[in-house]
Amino acid sequence: MIRWLLLALGGAVLGGIVHLATIIILPRTATQDAYSRLARSAAINSVTELPAPAPDAAPMPFMDPAFASAVCRYDLTQGPLKLSVPVSLAYTSVSFYTRYDVAYYAINDRAAGRRVIELELMTVDQHNQMPEDEDITAADRLIVESPTVTGLIAIRALAPEAGLMPVAQRAVAAAKCVRAE
Amino acid sequence: MRLLLGSLFALIVAAVVGLGATYLALSRGAAFGPLTIGIWTAWPKTGTIEADPYAHASIARAGRLPTALGDGVAFTASADDNGRLLDGRCDVVLAGVTPAARFWTLTLYSPGGELVANSINRFGFTSQEIVRRADGSFEIVVAPRANPGNWLPTGGIERYVLILRLYDTAVGVSTKAGREVPMPIVTVRSCP
Repeated sequence: MIRWLLLALGGAVLGGIVHLATIIILPRTATQDAYSRLARSAAINSVTELPAPAPDAAPMPFMDPAFASAVCRYDLTQGPLKLSVPVSLAYTSVSFYTRYDVAYYAINDRAAGRRVIELELMTVDQHNQMPEDEDITAADRLIVESPTVTGLIAIRALAPEAGLMPVAQRAVAAAKCVRAE
Repeated sequence: MRLLLGSLFALIVAAVVGLGATYLALSRGAAFGPLTIGIWTAWPKTGTIEADPYAHASIARAGRLPTALGDGVAFTASADDNGRLLDGRCDVVLAGVTPAARFWTLTLYSPGGELVANSINRFGFTSQEIVRRADGSFEIVVAPRANPGNWLPTGGIERYVLILRLYDTAVGVSTKAGREVPMPIVTVRSCP
């Protein structure tokens, strides 16, 4: 009897290790995560508009139907990226996600304080390699450091009423995500 | 033979405990640092670079992009104030006020995160669409059949979740705006 209890206890401890291991490995092996889903339709380093979520089809679960949205799937191996998003009439936000869908930065129209949200996205290494003086002369340049080389930028504009959705969609469609020269 | 049986038993226990705990944790969307106000729960940390491994795993499994904390914070309710799971065949009333935010949206999803089909193509409300009382409070009726005022159709599905997203808000960011902020209360008015 004691023997079986000990075996069950040992099994439970091993189970704890199995649990932690699966939790940690899961994001690396997931094939249906947001990045993988969007990778099928979104080209690299360009803005792709997402269709509005509908009951029978949505690009991702739990999307907010009040927003017009687009994504820029980026790859920084060739160099930094320039992003510009015109501000829509109600609320516009730009959120940055790593390859594993972790949000590491977000900015909205009020924080940007301009008609256009303009940002430069680069890896930590690319930021370190930037000439010092260039950093100073462009003090008002907003530079975002990406923890991973690839990832996603979600560009979203709110339509406060259903009738304003076309306006929000136009703002999102005018967003640009290109390699910096 | 006894050794073989014994180790097999231990391995089966390990598999059941380990995978069972992972499944439970992911199906409940567990993560550290939940912010619970009444029936509403948010995980502000999940929308930051400091998200914990449980948050990473449940985001990857659901296939969604979490709301970044700089963008807003998303509160989920899957039960009413008495702790009963929300049922799409009942008339449920959501009433009160929301915390300070530039905009908010309230959306109804199936537990898997799909929008629910209905005759008027309404999947939620934004803070500007809502009809309010003179004091700024509001009432939304979440029900399968048409209701006067703010009607959010359930399509008659058995289980659903409500997500209240606050955009450009201090809730979840600053420590002062914590548990004392007002959130709408959810009560069942009638059930067939």
